[in-house]
Amino acid sequence: MDKFSLLQLAKHSLKGHKNWSPQWRSPEPKKTYDVVIVGGGGQGLATAYYLASKYGVKNVAVLEKGWIGGGNTGRNTTVVRSNYFYPESTNFFDHSLKLYENLSSELNYNVMLSQGGMTVLAHSRHDMEMLERWSNSLQLQGVDAEMLSCAEIEKQNPLLDISKNARFPIWGGYIQRRGGVARHDAVAWGYARAADSLGVDIIQNCEVTDIQISGNSVSGVSTNQGFIRADKVAFAVAGHTSVLAEMAGFSVPIVSQPLQAMVSEPIKPCLEGVVVSPLVHAYVSQSDRGEILIGGGADRYPSYGQRGNLPVLEETVTATLGLYPSFSRLKLMRQWAGIVDITPDSSPIIGKTSVTGLYISGGWGTGGFKAIPAGGDTLAYTIAHDQPHELIKPFSIDRFAKGSLIDEGAAAGVAH
Amino acid sequence: MLRINCPFCGIRDEEEFDCGGEAHVTRPENPANLSDDEWSHYLFNKVNTKGILLERWRHTYGCRQWFNMARHTVSHEIIEIYPMGSFPSFNGMNVENVVKEVEA
Repeated sequence: MDKFSLLQLAKHSLKGHKNWSPQWRSPEPKKTYDVVIVGGGGQGLATAYYLASKYGVKNVAVLEKGWIGGGNTGRNTTVVRSNYFYPESTNFFDHSLKLYENLSSELNYNVMLSQGGMTVLAHSRHDMEMLERWSNSLQLQGVDAEMLSCAEIEKQNPLLDISKNARFPIWGGYIQRRGGVARHDAVAWGYARAADSLGVDIIQNCEVTDIQISGNSVSGVSTNQGFIRADKVAFAVAGHTSVLAEMAGFSVPIVSQPLQAMVSEPIKPCLEGVVVSPLVHAYVSQSDRGEILIGGGADRYPSYGQRGNLPVLEETVTATLGLYPSFSRLKLMRQWAGIVDITPDSSPIIGKTSVTGLYISGGWGTGGFKAIPAGGDTLAYTIAHDQPHELIKPFSIDRFAKGSLIDEGAAAGVAH
Repeated sequence: MLRINCPFCGIRDEEEFDCGGEAHVTRPENPANLSDDEWSHYLFNKVNTKGILLERWRHTYGCRQWFNMARHTVSHEIIEIYPMGSFPSFNGMNVENVVKEVEA
């Protein structure tokens, strides 16, 4: 594998960039692995990378039914932030943000992290009180958050309709300055390349069709490329978590729903960071290519159809134009949806399951991308030690029976 | 956009309706006799089938009546709409067989 550096770039440019080696191999699956990870998205690839790099488990396969990063990793709105509410979540997501802050150099891959800030808007006195409470909670937990006046918001977002005549007038807001966006493909590809160079086999077009369980222990997976033996199997399959759990004979408290996003034609830089309005259900950022990236609430009925429906699209666009009237002149270029796995408390389910050797990383709902580094790190620890990592103990699947839910419905940012 | 045939009002756009989640869920008769696992399973674990799902819908912005729907969760095709308290008749299967077949 070529290490990426200015010197390499210069060297290859002299030869017309014809000799770059592939960033990862495309191996045939071996008969047996120590760990099989189902799902080649950000979570699965990061888990494989940390298993190999940090926890010394190198005989690992990542099985992906399509192409890596082609599911929710390639369909999200690339927001990274750690402004949750409860300490369990904040600790976990801030660990993730810290890993993101050093990820480009760790992976030798530019993930294009751009910390332009994450601004949450308030549209009433009551909203302001809730944001005061939220940002105070973050400050107490050592995470950066500060309240913003209307004037400060206007200075940072000149295009935002801050007038009293707006459909939902803006009263103020708060910002997490370390929040921002990263390049989704680069995160998946960076982890894939780094994991591959440590010996992890990334096998694409390999769909798992059944989970083999002997006694109460997992013993392997059946795939369209044959049976693969492994004593440890992890699911990192986002919206398909219920389908895989079904194969393994248990059920999960998850409902799969589409979450849509869309981009406009590219325009000159006009927007910094991410702006979200929980009231009108829209959030907006500008990609490095100049497209205005718009997201909203999840579709309101269960679905595995990765396309999204028209009413929610219309609501999201309406809400966005209420915030940014000038965007009404933009043309939308693309609209898409990913299937998000939503839990009753909008917090992830990550850790061990009732089946020995079977691990789960799911229920990420609308927030899986920002959790990729921490999800990978903590799940890798959990697999390697067969003990849950300290940060994910609160997110085990048995919290539902215990009644110790972590209700992050509000901090998840959008309605679902 | 789904076009839903409300049994009381006829065909309307999906925006007039709310999805009420899984149909045919029966509240346990004696919750006090259940283990924590069983109770949490009743509370939180819904059928999340990739395939035909039986669910309750309400014509919220119309007649406000509830009804059941058999719908495919990939194609969104509405296979059958049938009254509350009854089972779908398609393929002549009863509800348990339908659920089992979908899950298999």
